[in-house]
Amino acid sequence: MNIPKDLRYAETHEWIRADGDTATVGVTDHAQAELTDVVFVELPKIGTKVAAGAECAVVESVKAASDIYAPVSGEIVEVNQRLEAEPGLVNNDPYGEGWFFKIKMLAPEELRRLKTNESYAQQISK
Amino acid sequence: MEEIIFDQSVPGHRAVSFPVDAGDVDLPAEHRRTSPPSLPELSELEVVRHFTRLSQLNFSIDTHFYPLGSCTMKYNPKVNDRMAGLPGFSQIHPLQPAEQVQGILRLMSDLERCLCQICGMEAFSLQPAAGAQGELTGMLMVRAYHESRGEKRTKVIVPASAHGTNPSSAKLAGYDIVTLQSPSGIVEAAELKKLLGSDVAAIMLTNPNTLGLFEKNIEEIARLAHEQGVLLYYDGANMNALLGMARPGDMGFDIVHLNLHKSFSTPHGGGGPGAGPVGVKKRLEPFLPSPRIVKSGARFDWSWDFPQSIGKVRSFYGNVGILVRAYTYIRAHGMEGLRRISQAATVHANYIKEKLKDDYRPYSPEPCMHECVLLCEEQEKMGVSVRDIAKRLLDFGFHSPTIAWPVHGCLMIEPTETESRKTLDQFISAMKQIARESRENADFVRHAPYRMPIRRLDEVRAARELDVRKK
Repeated sequence: MNIPKDLRYAETHEWIRADGDTATVGVTDHAQAELTDVVFVELPKIGTKVAAGAECAVVESVKAASDIYAPVSGEIVEVNQRLEAEPGLVNNDPYGEGWFFKIKMLAPEELRRLKTNESYAQQISK
Repeated sequence: MEEIIFDQSVPGHRAVSFPVDAGDVDLPAEHRRTSPPSLPELSELEVVRHFTRLSQLNFSIDTHFYPLGSCTMKYNPKVNDRMAGLPGFSQIHPLQPAEQVQGILRLMSDLERCLCQICGMEAFSLQPAAGAQGELTGMLMVRAYHESRGEKRTKVIVPASAHGTNPSSAKLAGYDIVTLQSPSGIVEAAELKKLLGSDVAAIMLTNPNTLGLFEKNIEEIARLAHEQGVLLYYDGANMNALLGMARPGDMGFDIVHLNLHKSFSTPHGGGGPGAGPVGVKKRLEPFLPSPRIVKSGARFDWSWDFPQSIGKVRSFYGNVGILVRAYTYIRAHGMEGLRRISQAATVHANYIKEKLKDDYRPYSPEPCMHECVLLCEEQEKMGVSVRDIAKRLLDFGFHSPTIAWPVHGCLMIEPTETESRKTLDQFISAMKQIARESRENADFVRHAPYRMPIRRLDEVRAARELDVRKK
């Protein structure tokens, strides 16, 4: 299972990559494997303000529909529109072209509360 | 595979000849058709054969075993349909004045009383159209009840193994959902206690739960809930295990919904519609949907005079034809008959569980109620998924049980009371053969089915490239 070192992880299986005060969010390799083939992604509206832990997107596979939660508080500034036509990107490249949205962080220190690659690896090995 | 009817069209084939001159039609010129409609052209016999062949592809309880867990796909006795077809029930209109439809009103009133007796409740509404609407009705009553007492409660507790509709219904009624984990398979009072508080409006439980296990701590759960002013909601999806033996009302539940289309043998699974009556204890009666049937002397009437009612939840009388069928079923069996139904349903599920336990490990070693949850661990080790097993079962003429729910990689098997031992043995032998095939030739199972009109569907492509229009 691929769990890149340079990312932070939420218990609910989102990854987050910070770049200044903006961060990119997607779902982990483990999450896409559990979901199986993703067939639909509902993205948040740009400009939506979310609190850490709030539902802000939906991902559907033939197996299940799951909510995606914002790992940190902030405002949605960009969404990956390609997922609407090509939801399979979430399976093929979860940490790259399968990203969900970018969020302008309200409190970047919230990142410290998220899991490191090691503690996320521990969580999913249980 | 049967071609769609448009592809069977042959120019010039006709089933019916319409008069060439339709006479004077009072239609403005701009609304008149200038070219014939693009309908398929077939003879009457071609049409009959097409639809007859399609009808033969149907899978139904009248043709096959259908052990779909938590759905109670039991046989629907034909006498139910005969009763619902009686002109006094089928040739009336819901807008007729009450004095002209005393028969159906009396039947509905009697059915409410029967359901009260079966569930240990004190009043019923027959309005909700199915289980999920019954749940929403129940949650709206929970809200109305707490508001009438000037209490603001914002949360509803739902076990992780609950039917997905439970949290959905509570959410739709405006509540936040608190998930209760129950790793041992049943709700532990100590775990529940941690979540209870003055902000909790209700707990939604299914008993027996979706793992087929009886929530044996239910009286303690009810006591803890009521101490905190929390209402207890019963999802009746699994009532087929308890008929005539135990009553949700006696366990401490305040609100129940039943699925007449499951426990009381009315058609569902494409043959519906359903009916999801909701029953309550006395203190919740003022909030039941209106109008309600009231009796004065020998006469039945509708009354709207319930100022605290949550109001109407369904047009007219609800799904009346279904109510007639369920009433017929209850009266045909009586309380003793219903008890034997639940006993047989439970024995059948345990028989399957015992016979299959060496090939598919039961989720719980405890005896189950009317359904059993079996794990496909051994098969998964060979690379065969629960989905593959479900597809392979089709080749044997069996509908797949519910799969991959409520736990990963499981089969949830509900045989119901209406199957013979011969059918159960055939199913068991098919399951054992699939277990053997998984060990010896996993690839064969992975590509099932083989004997269906079509082979394995590409569900991912169908979902990603949805195309349902004939071009």
